[in-house]
Amino acid sequence: MTTYAFLGALEQGCAYGLMVLGVYLTFRVLDFPDLTVDGSLPMGAAVSAVAITNGVDPFVALFIAMGGGFIAGAVTGFLNTKLKILHLLASILTMIALYSINIRIMGRPNMTLLGQDTVLTPLLNLGLTPSVAAPVLFSGFCILVVILLIWFLHTEFGLAMLATGDNRQMITSQGVNTDFMIIFGVGLSNALVALSGALIAQNQGAADVNMGVGTIVAGLASVIIGETLVGCRTITRALIAAFIGSILYRLAIAFALSAKLGAFRVTPSDLNLITAILVVAALTAPKLKQRWAR
Amino acid sequence: MMLSLTEIVKYFHRGSVNEVLALNGASLEVKRGDFVSIIGSNGAGKSTLLNCVAGCFAPDSGSIVVKGTDVTSWPEYKRAAYLSRVFQDPLRGTCASGTIEQNLAMASRRGKRNTLAMGVKKREREEFREQLATLKLGLEDRLKDRAGLLSGGQRQALTMLMATMVRPDILLLDEHTAALDPKTSAQILELTDQIIHEQHLTAMMVTHNMQHALELGNRLVMMHQGQIILDVEGDEKKKLQVQDLMERFYAVRGETYSDDRALLV
Repeated sequence: MTTYAFLGALEQGCAYGLMVLGVYLTFRVLDFPDLTVDGSLPMGAAVSAVAITNGVDPFVALFIAMGGGFIAGAVTGFLNTKLKILHLLASILTMIALYSINIRIMGRPNMTLLGQDTVLTPLLNLGLTPSVAAPVLFSGFCILVVILLIWFLHTEFGLAMLATGDNRQMITSQGVNTDFMIIFGVGLSNALVALSGALIAQNQGAADVNMGVGTIVAGLASVIIGETLVGCRTITRALIAAFIGSILYRLAIAFALSAKLGAFRVTPSDLNLITAILVVAALTAPKLKQRWAR
Repeated sequence: MMLSLTEIVKYFHRGSVNEVLALNGASLEVKRGDFVSIIGSNGAGKSTLLNCVAGCFAPDSGSIVVKGTDVTSWPEYKRAAYLSRVFQDPLRGTCASGTIEQNLAMASRRGKRNTLAMGVKKREREEFREQLATLKLGLEDRLKDRAGLLSGGQRQALTMLMATMVRPDILLLDEHTAALDPKTSAQILELTDQIIHEQHLTAMMVTHNMQHALELGNRLVMMHQGQIILDVEGDEKKKLQVQDLMERFYAVRGETYSDDRALLV
């Protein structure tokens, strides 16, 4: 792997790291498999791209994108809790609806940000090259969000959210409205995913309605890789693991892309297959390990 | 009156072939300080009655009034301000992935709004330790252990403590010792009796065990086919024996009883 590919993977790992933290919130904390992310990632990209081309400050555009993502996630939560639609199906419905909505937001299926100021502009003005500026800025975002989430999940409110995912009956009988917890939690998760999408769009200079395909699988793979290699004994550790998992996942992908077997090369279009296999392997490995141990 | 249940009717699967009339106009008045044991055969409506009080579902008709407030249409989480519960399944009362202190912290805020203050506060830990010590299970030295590591009996004892940390107006016990081995079951019952007496709680306990129903509580209610068919208290209750209950039960039913004898004793 070249240094260039390594830095690229680091940059991607950090930019998608926020998405992975969002997936961790729904998948692990709330025990809510949420496919909304495939739609809220491009939504964040679309919202921030439209905001920037309309003269909004790139940093403010990030917050607007987060607001959009929060609403998308809250809709999924609402469909599930109030309208009693199965969580998986509720999130798929929001996801396909977002496809149309994202095209409406942009007015077309994709949009470039060439020549526009982005969140990276201040760093580039300091003389940093893009391949250094992006990982630095994005990892800063991730570390900040990890710290905020560690704090949040140790508060009274955060504990109630953890309990909602673990034992809904118990926390309901302690007087917590679990419907609200799920709507808020899935909203928060998708706000992070949209933030990730906004950063990715500003970094690559374009938003595309199809950029979200496979987000959930990449997110799950990252969460599981992090848990396996870093561990998840405490919430603090699990959150750090999710972030590191995101970087390791992108490094693994970069490594696979650079590998050659005779005349055979992995192409970017093979990535979804590789990721799916990776997730299946990671999900079944603990069970296989148990069987061999016997 | 602490709790007034008036003419509660509850159907399950209404309008389908599986329609069940679980509560058929059950009425019950529970006074402050009453400890009511509720017995009856399978399907008599005991658990449904308790779940109606807890708010797991709304009754089809009838009203539920707690301390003068009509809570019939209140959702379950809102009623937690008045009620606390211990379930049959020891796994349901505690959060397995949370530590013992986190579980206690959540229970210490039952019915209150959760804020962004720290979930477990330093000053609370000492209180938790003292309260856990009263259980005499050695849990006071294991505050940071996950609740999932505890045995069924330990978890049920922890749940009993959690249910009574914030004094509930009514404590609901739904066959809370049925899933435990006889020795642990006896310990939990003793703990139950002790806590209810020390705190002068109002409690309702569903049980399949007639002996337990006779030993505990100042009042005994028997249910059959969604109705309350026997309600005795005070001295009259003290004089009751298992044999009396069996006779009363079969007299009301007027049916063959070989099948149910095993279930009741």
